[in-house]
Amino acid sequence: MASVETSIQSTAPKEQKKKKEAGLFKKLIRNRLAAIGLGITAFMTIVAIFAPLIAPFPPNKMDVVNSLVTPGTAGHLLGTDNYGRDLFSRLVFGARISLIVGISAVVFGAFFGTLLGLVSGYFGGRLDALIMRTMDGLFAFPFILLAITLMTVLGQGLVNVIIAIGIANIPGFARIVRGQVLSVKEEEFIEVTRSLGATNGRIIFQHVLPNCLAPLIVYGTMSVAGAIISEAALSFLGLGVQPPTASWGSILKDGKDFLVLSPHMATFSGLAILFTVLGINLFGDGLRDALDPKMKV
Amino acid sequence: MGKYIIRRLFDLLPTIFVVAVIVFIITRLIPGDPASVMLGPQASVEDIEALRQNLGLNDPLYVQFFHYIGDLLRGNFGVSLTYNEPIVQLIMERFPNTLILAASALIIAFMIGVPAGIISASKQNSLLDYSVMLVSLIGVSMPIFWLGVMLVLYFSVNLGWFPATGMGSMDDGLISYIKHLILPSITLATIPMATFARITRSSMLEVISQDYIKTARSKGLSEFWVICKHAFKNALTPLLTVLGMQISMMLGGAVLTETIFSWPGMGRLIVDAIDKRDFVVVQGTVLFIAVIFVLVNLFVDVMYKVVNPRVNLSSNKGGSK
Repeated sequence: MASVETSIQSTAPKEQKKKKEAGLFKKLIRNRLAAIGLGITAFMTIVAIFAPLIAPFPPNKMDVVNSLVTPGTAGHLLGTDNYGRDLFSRLVFGARISLIVGISAVVFGAFFGTLLGLVSGYFGGRLDALIMRTMDGLFAFPFILLAITLMTVLGQGLVNVIIAIGIANIPGFARIVRGQVLSVKEEEFIEVTRSLGATNGRIIFQHVLPNCLAPLIVYGTMSVAGAIISEAALSFLGLGVQPPTASWGSILKDGKDFLVLSPHMATFSGLAILFTVLGINLFGDGLRDALDPKMKV
Repeated sequence: MGKYIIRRLFDLLPTIFVVAVIVFIITRLIPGDPASVMLGPQASVEDIEALRQNLGLNDPLYVQFFHYIGDLLRGNFGVSLTYNEPIVQLIMERFPNTLILAASALIIAFMIGVPAGIISASKQNSLLDYSVMLVSLIGVSMPIFWLGVMLVLYFSVNLGWFPATGMGSMDDGLISYIKHLILPSITLATIPMATFARITRSSMLEVISQDYIKTARSKGLSEFWVICKHAFKNALTPLLTVLGMQISMMLGGAVLTETIFSWPGMGRLIVDAIDKRDFVVVQGTVLFIAVIFVLVNLFVDVMYKVVNPRVNLSSNKGGSK
């Protein structure tokens, strides 16, 4: 009897889910700007994955004779930097760093933030107070300042950049998930599940978490854009990935020193950041409209 | 109202305590021995040891922590290892400069962002609306450190209109002072300006469709008055919500803006201190900025009540929620 009931229950939501997903896709496509955003994001992802095939030169190959040449000279589409490295190739490889850091840092922040938010919201009481006070404390630091301070502790390097930006992302996720848990927790179906003898872990991961997913996905997408800017900012300050690794922020940093002589370095590296972040934000805006219209910018 | 503010100030104490703990932990974890950094490579081992003793760096961590909290309660933020000046004095010298920069950026952001959002909402789906939305989306996606560099390139290097770096002095006249302020302020204003435009537009759209606006229109009020007096007042609350966040982001953004324009503010102070491993300065300034942010949020919450007296503040516990 119980199994029949569950099978009836589970087929209905499945169909509903399929319809919902189709609707979501339609909404996204109808929203042209979101489609453009998705296109830009997909394009940058392809560039990052196939960087060695796209880049005409190895990103760290120096050619001092041809240093700081203007775009279009000596086979260099976007010119070269102060070491004669091909700027276009470095930007193509820079996409890898930006996307790796952007996605990994957000996954890091989302994982720990969600866990803390779930525990905090579900169990409440002193644990909730302790976790949320700590999150309030972390939230009191301007995001980039927290990342900068953490980088001084961790030292330069790709993994450390991910950890620093990831930690700075935790409080945002924790708050969103906790808020969501507090409202889901009061719903009748949770009470029913509990009375049927489900464990806390099962309730949290099978029933509460899926109901937090929509705002999590929207917030996560927007956070990737923020994380990419933060990585560039850290590298711009000389605290990010180590040279000679090509990062958009470090190219911009070098470009700033040669601004008068070769403005193309600073110009193109910044455009790459802006283009990518704009694409992700456009996509995120569309996702929000489709998934969670109540959420504010 | 007074009672509420006092209660909220007490509510903030645990948050500020947590902030102090986080800052303490982070700064103690910074690699490198501050004593040897301060004395330079020529210093003898004895001198370094004596300084470590003097700074309390040889004490166990929990002893250092109690000293640190005790000092904070007495308003003593310590003495900079590299500047040889009390941190409070350094902050007092630099903070007004950051405040001037942030305030002028905030004014620019408000003066342009809010009207842009209002116009955009009142002409929904027009070409103007789309343009404002596109520009503001580019604005929120802007790496401001790049924008700063580009502004220097075009307006300082190419056109020579504004100085590229530094903060003007009033001794050189108001014009020079303002000229120094313009590029950094625009750089810092970009993201809040775009955010204000987006928030104002979306909350205005929500308000405009409501019945009382239709009533106001049917009374024969001019569209200008309907929008400015009736709609905007009620669209203000969401704007206030983001104001606190934006001020926090501006304090962070000031680190980058001040670095590009060599602006002698708190951001530069922090970046320089990190460079020199002067952890007393990092500790003091980061803590100071965090506390300022917590207080700004309190101010924003109080403004909420002023703008919208129906908001039930008793349910609003804790720090910067």
